[in-house]
Amino acid sequence: MKIAIPMDEKDLKTSVCPSFGRAPYFLIYNTESGESLFLDNSAVASQGGAGIKAAQTLVDSGVKALLTPRCGENAEEVLRTAEISIFKTIAGTAQQNIDAFKANQLSVLNDIHPGFHGQKG
Amino acid sequence: MTFIRDFMVKKGEDMRIAVLSGKGGTGKTLVSVNLASAADSAVYIDCDVEEPDGHLFFKPQIVSSEEIAVKLPSIDNGLCNGCRKCVDFCKFNALAFIKGRPCVFEDVCHSCGGCTLVCPERAITETDRAVGEIRKGTSGSVTAYTGILKPGEESGVPIIKRIMQASGSEGDALRIIDCPPGSACVVVESIRDADYCILVAEPTVFGVHNLNMVYGLVKLFNKPFGAVLNKCLDGENPAEKFCIENSIPIIGRIPFDTELGKMNSDAEIAARESKKYKELFSDLLRTAMKEARRETAFDTQR
Repeated sequence: MKIAIPMDEKDLKTSVCPSFGRAPYFLIYNTESGESLFLDNSAVASQGGAGIKAAQTLVDSGVKALLTPRCGENAEEVLRTAEISIFKTIAGTAQQNIDAFKANQLSVLNDIHPGFHGQKG
Repeated sequence: MTFIRDFMVKKGEDMRIAVLSGKGGTGKTLVSVNLASAADSAVYIDCDVEEPDGHLFFKPQIVSSEEIAVKLPSIDNGLCNGCRKCVDFCKFNALAFIKGRPCVFEDVCHSCGGCTLVCPERAITETDRAVGEIRKGTSGSVTAYTGILKPGEESGVPIIKRIMQASGSEGDALRIIDCPPGSACVVVESIRDADYCILVAEPTVFGVHNLNMVYGLVKLFNKPFGAVLNKCLDGENPAEKFCIENSIPIIGRIPFDTELGKMNSDAEIAARESKKYKELFSDLLRTAMKEARRETAFDTQR
């Protein structure tokens, strides 16, 4: 099963990015093979709808779960429709979160925040 | 020629003066409402569509109203072949592609209509969604337009576009445009056709920060402008200092005055109720119009 984590740096030993839609990279991790790869988040410089576009990247990459500290309502709708589960990350590195996920220690993310899409023109 | 024009009061002259500030509560509506009232006749346009309050002062007799709608894509899943062209086309990320079908995020859509054009199956049609209304009314010598955005709607831009278009039917007139606060898209849309911009500033350090925002905006759009210092007290005025340092013409000063404050909080129009303020706002209007004409003449010479 493939899972995704928003990242500031392309390094499993660094911490999770606090933003989902505007994260520079997504770590795509395969829990069976242990393979990891980093995708550029093309939504990072979007004027608006970044969460939707970022979620689209994950839908297209075929992940089944997202591990993130926060998630907006539009991104959540995309992920929910695509049947991708969202888990809340804990403080620590991406690797620590992967370990926690594998050990079923992460909880489902419930506090979905309203979007920041009030700045459109 | 310029000399003569400066001192002539031209009847039916076409001029658009926008009043803006970096934050709410600075005195945009106070200045706009009173400028419109000080004129022989004027069209007042309330573009602060999230919280229009000019009508509280004018209490206009409503003569007409119009619902404003935006276009939203509606997808016929029976016709859609899942080619994804619409999703890839949308630069606003208002469409997502999930389980082989596009889905629409209404509050992110900018109603550009692009998705309907790129769809090879003609599976996308546009439907109307009401986002607000505009009202036209009269109050003495003032024709007042009010734009109203529905609560919860994301953008007032479609309303401002339409109110500008609708108020254009008044012909040659003095138009006073009461802008929304700040320097975002709604303000850009409000000053688009303005001949002159009045920046209203408060005498505080915070006021200077906000003044700087709208100062940057009018410079960016190459609009002629001047500042009105509101709530003036004796002593140091950081906004005045900022204007002097940046060579911003100060075209008027409004005192921090209990009498004015009381009239304003009672929704009375000072220029109609008080001789003193009728004079102050008439002077301000004359100065603003003179500055605007000078800029227009200067532009023509260039």
